[in-house]
Amino acid sequence: MNFDPSHSKRSFSSVGTRPIRPDGVDKVTGRARYGADFNMPGQLVGRILRSPHAHANIRKIDTSKAAQLPGVKAVLTAADLPDLTDGDAAMYDILDNCMARKKALYDGHAVAAVAAIDARTAKQALKLIEVEYELLPHVTDVDQAFAPDAPLINDTIFTTGVDPKPDRPSNVLMRSQFGHGDVDAGMASADFVVERTFKTEQTHQGYIEPHACVASVSSDGTADLWVCTQGHFVYRQHCAQLLGMDASKLRVTSSEIGGGFGGKTHVWAEPVALALSRKVGRPVKLVMTRDEVFRASGPTSATSIDVKIGALKDGTIIAADATLRYSCGPYAGAWAEIGAMTAFACYKLENVRTVGYEVLVNRPKTAAYRAPSAPMAAFAVESAIDELAKKVGMNPIDFRIRNAAQEGTKASYGPVYGPIGIGPTLEAVKNHPHMKAPLGKNQGRGMACGFWFNFGGQTCTDLNIGKDGTVSLAVGTVDVGGSRASLSLVAAEELGIDYSQVRTVIADTSSLGYNDMTDGSRGTFSSSMATISAARNAIKILRERAAQMWDIPVEDVTWEKGHAVAKGETHGNLPKLSLKEIAAASGTTGGPIAGHSEIVADGAGVSFATHICDIEVDPETGATKVLRYTVVQDAGKAVHPTYVEGQYQGGAAQGIGWALNEEYIYGKDGRLQNAGFLDYRIPVCSDLPMIDTQILEIPNPNHPYGVRGVGETSIVPPLAAVANAVSNAVGVRMLHIPMSPPRILAALDA
Amino acid sequence: MMAGIAVSTNINSDNAEFLCHADETLLDVLRDRLGLMGAKEGCGTGDCGACSIILDDRLVCSCLVLGAEAEGGRIETVEGMAQGDQLHPLQQKFLEHAALQCGICTPGFLIAAKDLLAKNPDPTEEEIRFGLAGNLCRCTGYDKIVRAVQDAAGVMRGADHEF
Ligand code: FES
Ligand code: FES
Repeated sequence: MNFDPSHSKRSFSSVGTRPIRPDGVDKVTGRARYGADFNMPGQLVGRILRSPHAHANIRKIDTSKAAQLPGVKAVLTAADLPDLTDGDAAMYDILDNCMARKKALYDGHAVAAVAAIDARTAKQALKLIEVEYELLPHVTDVDQAFAPDAPLINDTIFTTGVDPKPDRPSNVLMRSQFGHGDVDAGMASADFVVERTFKTEQTHQGYIEPHACVASVSSDGTADLWVCTQGHFVYRQHCAQLLGMDASKLRVTSSEIGGGFGGKTHVWAEPVALALSRKVGRPVKLVMTRDEVFRASGPTSATSIDVKIGALKDGTIIAADATLRYSCGPYAGAWAEIGAMTAFACYKLENVRTVGYEVLVNRPKTAAYRAPSAPMAAFAVESAIDELAKKVGMNPIDFRIRNAAQEGTKASYGPVYGPIGIGPTLEAVKNHPHMKAPLGKNQGRGMACGFWFNFGGQTCTDLNIGKDGTVSLAVGTVDVGGSRASLSLVAAEELGIDYSQVRTVIADTSSLGYNDMTDGSRGTFSSSMATISAARNAIKILRERAAQMWDIPVEDVTWEKGHAVAKGETHGNLPKLSLKEIAAASGTTGGPIAGHSEIVADGAGVSFATHICDIEVDPETGATKVLRYTVVQDAGKAVHPTYVEGQYQGGAAQGIGWALNEEYIYGKDGRLQNAGFLDYRIPVCSDLPMIDTQILEIPNPNHPYGVRGVGETSIVPPLAAVANAVSNAVGVRMLHIPMSPPRILAALDA
Repeated sequence: MMAGIAVSTNINSDNAEFLCHADETLLDVLRDRLGLMGAKEGCGTGDCGACSIILDDRLVCSCLVLGAEAEGGRIETVEGMAQGDQLHPLQQKFLEHAALQCGICTPGFLIAAKDLLAKNPDPTEEEIRFGLAGNLCRCTGYDKIVRAVQDAAGVMRGADHEF
């Protein structure tokens, strides 16, 4: 849906306030039900056996002993999940990832599953399954996998996007390129050039709730799935396709979700739970352990990125070039492509080129992680920009302001920008007291910018007005962090009623039309757009009903502050009718009143942020301490500012963890060595300072209220902001993330 | 198979009796046998604090305690914090400050904060940060959690009764 800008609204009574969220009380009292908090009568416990090897042919699986164990009701292998994907390569990858077919492709790859009467029996049964593996050479490092002589992960992969087509297979799935102008000529004319290679390690979204579901398949072929997911409609589609069911026969209910950040956009064990349930005819509950979450869900890419940027003496960036290699696990992905699109998106560049390479490795299938692929590219680019500013002799902020993209700039990835917030965030940072605060010994300050596209997509919303005049809003976009509050505000705003009169729920897949999942920062953007249009449709009916009650033409009825108002000289004396009064009469004026909306929410507004980080580094130990952190980001319009701040703070904290601590560590044997929160250390409360936020509102012209997405951009700048701060503190350019103490010491010694 | 062990405890001021296996965690007992699902399992290894409860005035990870160890014990879980429809000040302040996004960590934080404030009614920011360092939150960056605890501490100090 393209929004008609003449219908936009810029002054608000509900939107922009900060009420308590509707699902809040349940969440502070323990009543809210998450993935693992649901049980069904007669339910069995499902568990999955996983490969301990990084790369191996599966010669034989003997499940007979497990099947004989008392209490075991079903044992499953890939043979129970026949390939119904019909040439759909992406779905085939998902199928193979859910249950390895011929080869185990990473440590943690599922090879068999059981359903048993309880957890201990299921666990015991897994030990009785005998798998004969033939070990194959493996490769887990992105640069090693990129090398021409690397062990081959899939011998049907011939790099696409290169000319001529390669004559032998490799681990390089695809090359993609973006940009414009003449980069080589531009670079040749530069007065200053910075050229660097950066590396980032693989991280996990680290949601605190492990994947969990309860699947129940009935003998008549209908099925129910309760699951924590960012997109129950997508899960339904995947599961139905993999199991050969009609989508309408499978009802998926999204539980409260204990964090996702991109990791719950993808099915991992749900088709297995359904297949087990189908096999045994009883509900099956399947909950991953934390170890499984790390080894077998979808972490982000590890990367290696070359950046070369040239500037003129006056501080103009004259050419920018980057080559980005992103790991995507053992399956296809387009992660480097996204990195290549975002890398230079903050800048106005005449000559720019980015080349991305997708690289297969023996690690879990990469999934999205909050602005997927952008943080690593920003780390490389924003680090090089800082260095280049120094060479030019400008301070990093003025250098960025000078080169920042503006309305009308042709973005490095193609489109021409409308009104955007990069310049305003930079100006806000320049004027922020944080920038002027003094620093002590061994302390450094860094800043960095970040960009994210934001998405819209398919969205469906029902707004039903009850006989008492209160409103039920059913949306299909999963609420991951407070969007029910925002959507209630939007409905209240449009209808002119109080926030407390609206209850927003997430409808299951049988109760509402298809919705894309909560990703790409689309939740509030797209669902608020659909809510506004549903509310406006309802208002149309409310006006008609009022006209009928008054017996006047509908054109003479307007909607103001929750009331139908009769306009025109002849009707001027009619007292206005409240929504409540119109609803109460609905039984005699034409039946229930509702507004519906089914849209493709086009016109998502791109989003920019600039962050500032102060850090102290202990030169003896390499230990770091973040002292102060500030986020400035354009929200377009903050519907519920407190939750917008929360998104800014949460993304910053994740980015700080990525910059300083978090990484997947693989041994020479190709096994993950830190599959737990003890050794994969995410920031705790004592690791962080307060995170200051400043919300800018540069309206997105394509949304009725100006909303842009806010969920993801906040994780884009921190890697670079922290790296620039550390580099400034120690006087050495940091090239490898995370900057754990040993890496900082190594950089100091080099 | 082993027979169940009979355990008597008091949970949120009510007596509770259950049978459990010798190797069954208190977290599993609470969730699977007693239907108290407020405590969450984020890791099962004592690293995330989502399963925090108070056992005999001590903050513990219930995933690291055996059900059988609760014999004769007094257990407090998030389900016992509100009095009827009167939320505990910590619960109220968590809502007001939006100290939760997904909320999966919230029961653990509330219990850990309750324990902290029982021992130190007027903590500094740093004391709060270290006091809650055993609880992971991946959504909030902790800022609003710390502010909610500071605010609740003030309310509780000013109140004429104990919480
Ligand atoms: S579940 Fe007990 S500490 Fe994580
Ligand atoms: S609110 Fe999601 S983990 Fe804390």
